[in-house]
Amino acid sequence: MNAFQGKTLSWQVIDGTIELVLDRAPCNEIGSATLADLESFAAALESLQKEAHALIISSARPEGFCAGADLRELYQRSQALEQRERVSGLRDFLNRIHMVMNAIDAARITTIAAVHGVTFGGGFELALTCDLIIADKMARFCFPELRLGLIPGFGGIPRLQRDVGNAVVRDLLLTGRSINATKAQSAGLVSQVSAEGDVLRVARSTAVQLKKFDRATATAAKRFIKPIPYDMLRREIEIFCDLFTRSAAEAGLRKFVESKDALPYLP
Amino acid sequence: MSTVQNTTEQILQLAAEHFKVSREKLTADDDFFQKLGINSLQALDLLTRLEQHFNIQLPDYELQGVSDFRTLAERIQSRL
Repeated sequence: MNAFQGKTLSWQVIDGTIELVLDRAPCNEIGSATLADLESFAAALESLQKEAHALIISSARPEGFCAGADLRELYQRSQALEQRERVSGLRDFLNRIHMVMNAIDAARITTIAAVHGVTFGGGFELALTCDLIIADKMARFCFPELRLGLIPGFGGIPRLQRDVGNAVVRDLLLTGRSINATKAQSAGLVSQVSAEGDVLRVARSTAVQLKKFDRATATAAKRFIKPIPYDMLRREIEIFCDLFTRSAAEAGLRKFVESKDALPYLP
Repeated sequence: MSTVQNTTEQILQLAAEHFKVSREKLTADDDFFQKLGINSLQALDLLTRLEQHFNIQLPDYELQGVSDFRTLAERIQSRL
């Protein structure tokens, strides 16, 4: 399936590059609809990457790459269940998300997250599955989960630890603050910063460079230098499920859901 | 060395230009959410532009309870 149009995203193969474009209003919040489309992508990826040399993930939403998990859906669905069902339902959802994230992380081809604007929470975690993050100069990165009584649950902490020093991980996680693309680049998180509005062009230019290399060699190099922290990822799911049952998370999510603002947990 | 007044003026100029509001309509004590008609996403956009303009990093939690240009300028000034 070289081209696909789903409810929340689309993909097509252009000159050997798979271009996956997120497009769900308001800012690509990851809920059940996006998860279903991402699962379709993960299933197609095995055959797509036989003919491709690179994957670029980007967003068609002007607000940004992805504002994170669809917390409103998550809260509303959990409220409809008994406590025990709530945790098992959450765990199922997280397992499915992790399978998708792991599939992208383990792709044989080189992967690029071309991000702009808000790249928060689950959106940041999606970007971290990629080999390279190329950021528009107006991009901002954040793990706001502590503000909600939670931690990142889509694999963000183990992947961030893989990429940057622990001091940076502590800064982002424990303060919940957002950082701009310049700061993210100086921390080693972002490989290139583009002019405003130009990130997809820069990502495509990088993909052209990747096309020059023997694919089997690039795959071997990637497997050698990019371990996937499966044990830590599984632990993260358990910690998240435990925190989700606590009053701090209940209060944080309720406050989020009751607000009409896009990012009510800021500043 | 820049003063808070000077910093405030730069913020007002930048905000007016970016959000296409007449500079004459903005004052230091205005609530920038109301006056610029912006939400949290657009406030983040403004924060990024201010960080680039002043070449600073300003944690967004420093803006807790800040809604006027003058206080915003004081927060920025403390990073210069």
